[in-house]
Amino acid sequence: MNLISESPMHYSGQETGFTAPAREPVMSVRNLNTSFRTGDGWKNVVRNISFDIAARETVAIVGESGSGKSVTSLSIMRLLAAESSRIEGQVMFNGRDLLSLREEDMRRVRGNDISMIFQEPMTSLNPIFSVGKQIAEALTVHTDITEAAAKAEAIRLLEKVRIPNAASRFDEYPHQFSGGMRQRVMIAMALASRPKVLIADEPTTALDVTIQGQILDLIKTLQDEEGMAVLFITHDMGVVAEVADRTIVMYRGDAVEAGKTEDIFHRGQHPYTRALLSAVPKLGSMGGRDLPLRFPTVDMTTGQQVPLAEVSDTVASTKRPILEVKDLTTRFHIRSGAFGRKTGAVHAVENVSFELFEGETLSIVGESGCGKSTTGRSVTRLITPTGGKVTVDGQDVMKLSQSALRAMRRSIQMIFQDPYASLNPRMSIGSAIMEPFLQHRLGTKTEARDKAALLLEKVGLSADMMARFPHEFSGGQRQRIAIARALMLDPKVIVADEAVSALDVSIKAQVCNLLLDLQQSLNLAFLFISHDMAVVERVSHRVAVMYLGEIVEIGPRAAVFDNPQHDYTKKLMAAVPVPDPARRRIKRNMVVEELKSPVRPVGYEPALRQYREASPGHLYRVD
Amino acid sequence: MTDFAISQSMPARQSSPVLRALRRNRFAWLGIGLLALIVLVAIFAPIIAPYDPLKQNILHRLSPPSADFWFGTDSYGRDVLSRLLYGARISLAIGFLSVLIAMVVGSALGILAGYIGGVFDQIVMGIVDVMLSFPTLLLGLMVAAMLGASFENLIIAIAITETAPFARVARAPTIAMKRRDFVEAGRSLGYTPLHIMRVHILPNILSDIVVVASLWMASAIRTEASLAFIGLGVLPPTATWGGMIREGFDNILSAWWLVVFPSLAILLAVLALNILGDALRDAIDPKTRSQG
Repeated sequence: MNLISESPMHYSGQETGFTAPAREPVMSVRNLNTSFRTGDGWKNVVRNISFDIAARETVAIVGESGSGKSVTSLSIMRLLAAESSRIEGQVMFNGRDLLSLREEDMRRVRGNDISMIFQEPMTSLNPIFSVGKQIAEALTVHTDITEAAAKAEAIRLLEKVRIPNAASRFDEYPHQFSGGMRQRVMIAMALASRPKVLIADEPTTALDVTIQGQILDLIKTLQDEEGMAVLFITHDMGVVAEVADRTIVMYRGDAVEAGKTEDIFHRGQHPYTRALLSAVPKLGSMGGRDLPLRFPTVDMTTGQQVPLAEVSDTVASTKRPILEVKDLTTRFHIRSGAFGRKTGAVHAVENVSFELFEGETLSIVGESGCGKSTTGRSVTRLITPTGGKVTVDGQDVMKLSQSALRAMRRSIQMIFQDPYASLNPRMSIGSAIMEPFLQHRLGTKTEARDKAALLLEKVGLSADMMARFPHEFSGGQRQRIAIARALMLDPKVIVADEAVSALDVSIKAQVCNLLLDLQQSLNLAFLFISHDMAVVERVSHRVAVMYLGEIVEIGPRAAVFDNPQHDYTKKLMAAVPVPDPARRRIKRNMVVEELKSPVRPVGYEPALRQYREASPGHLYRVD
Repeated sequence: MTDFAISQSMPARQSSPVLRALRRNRFAWLGIGLLALIVLVAIFAPIIAPYDPLKQNILHRLSPPSADFWFGTDSYGRDVLSRLLYGARISLAIGFLSVLIAMVVGSALGILAGYIGGVFDQIVMGIVDVMLSFPTLLLGLMVAAMLGASFENLIIAIAITETAPFARVARAPTIAMKRRDFVEAGRSLGYTPLHIMRVHILPNILSDIVVVASLWMASAIRTEASLAFIGLGVLPPTATWGGMIREGFDNILSAWWLVVFPSLAILLAVLALNILGDALRDAIDPKTRSQG
């Protein structure tokens, strides 16, 4: 099996860590090493990274958190604090070594020859200046042009990044722009100086999937128009497959593999590359199955796939549903003026009805602001709904008193998105897991300790970790701890609110597998709230798609994914990046639009909705 | 396959970053040292003091500082140094106890208001706003005048004036904590509100409160001295710093030491507490810590 000879561009990273483009490079990085000063000396976080990047070419650096991918881009731009970091090696650009330039010369390179866009469009614009002014500023900093010329150029740039009505939005402020539109503004600013290299550091990670598709399209189009080289930093293999000509896989500071994107995807050599790729959820990989499917696991030493354990059918569809939700409505009033008059309401959840059976996973998918999280919180009554009926295990949740509600919470538990925030930093994990048991007076301290130890083992950790504190654990481990804590009360339903969204791809696969295992052994019902279509396809029995507070389509997972009926479901699925390099350079040609707002004036009554049945149990809204 | 991405770089449990930052800040040691000195002096006053602070000696009336009386004597012939040392006990006791009461009551109110929110929050914060709009001294003066001057009443008066700021300081981080997932998780796990406030909110906002406590203790010592100066302090002949300034004020032109030494004592105590408070704040606020 000699793969290297088949593809001359492919280098196994362990030998050289080096990859070359077909044309003359715009920028060449050689033996880049970055170290940070820590309590006990210098710590090497990026080791011997070398690559070239040519005009019109996109190189992706892909890796999970802590792999050093962002540090690499910050090192090239020399944006790390000088006193606490050390950068060695060579970054050749325009015949000069960027690493040996004086700081003033480097400043002229930044935002001029090399521009950068970041992950968080919400915080990278200054809120007190208008958007147009900020772009104009980027223009006047590096060139001598008049204010009028700068304004004209700024409007041209806003048009270039396809912002509708650019001229009239020139004087608007960042808060009047949505996340996707702000990212467009950031790109316009980055393009202001016609850079030769654009460094994009996770530019679509914080965006919704339909918006992400639009931004990826935009970057591709602009690259064709301007002939820039693009260095794309991301953790998302789907995005890599879509944008990158060549890919560098980083793992704990090393480039473990580098080569053409096709080679990396189809003929990856390093076990880590294979593990990473097998963990990537792919939309449409279920092949006609009705039941959920575990994620494949890969042995890190050999790179061989471990055979998948089959998942048995756990759904008790003949019994009464464990969770029944009928016409659930949650609205938040908007008050304004001196007397706090109601001026409108956010119709976060509107007439949502569904059932969840024992041993079943029902996923709620949708984009930010669609009301999926509010639905989860309303069901557990963390938020008090405006109307509707929620029945858990035969008990009407809406009618419970505060103390009865606390008792009810034993049957329905939540897992939250951010594993760093869901544990009290000042409490050992042992106490955190034992706490619910003791608070509900379910037994003695010894019993609590025994049960906590048992559950820690069950979620894949070890019982002797009980004395440690949350900061000693990684994100995936913390999420396991949060799951163990939720299991302490023997719940029947678990509401998992984006429970795997913040995790790295390999960890995400493991936590999903853990949830499937727990469902198998404990017959748990999951209300799985997520924006990630590919993960949802993998883990659920049934799926509900939400849009602007309403369910637009609900049904068995296979029916919804293989035969989507509602336009929004189709649009959502089309927008998911596919981890297949063959689809690179295919543009979606999506219409530039923003997510609509669920804010309505006082007295607004939502229209009565009709649902049509496409197949048994598969309903979609008639619009 | 374990969590191979990050789990291997788990840091060992280290001492609190606040303590480490405090240890690095040399200026903080000045505050801690000064404060320790004053506390020691107050505790061991009966042993260190060369004379009985209440013993009058008409023969040595208003004698200037000398080898026998380092800080001179007052108009009754009492030794100023001894009175200062004993006065430290009153000042520190009133400062400490009043702040303790204000801290407990104020933080409880602030946490409750922040956690419960709604109308209760509006009422509590309305009262806090009214109390904050009075100058501390005026409020203390009114309460002290109403209750009558005594050691206990003085503590109550000063505690009342300082409850409002603690309520305000505790409320803001409580609201921030309330939105944190682990508090929300606690609610979904069916914990009682009291348990959440005590176990999950209080320990996480305690550091903010302690910083404010050290700054307001300085203010309490100043208020005590001011009240004593206008005659609403602990009654004579007990030695207090404010009271000594008041008594010495009549002879300020002929006997400067009667006013200067107690003033210096107040200055040092307030300075020590302010330095400590600032250092604590710097140590706790991560924004200033990284540069420390």
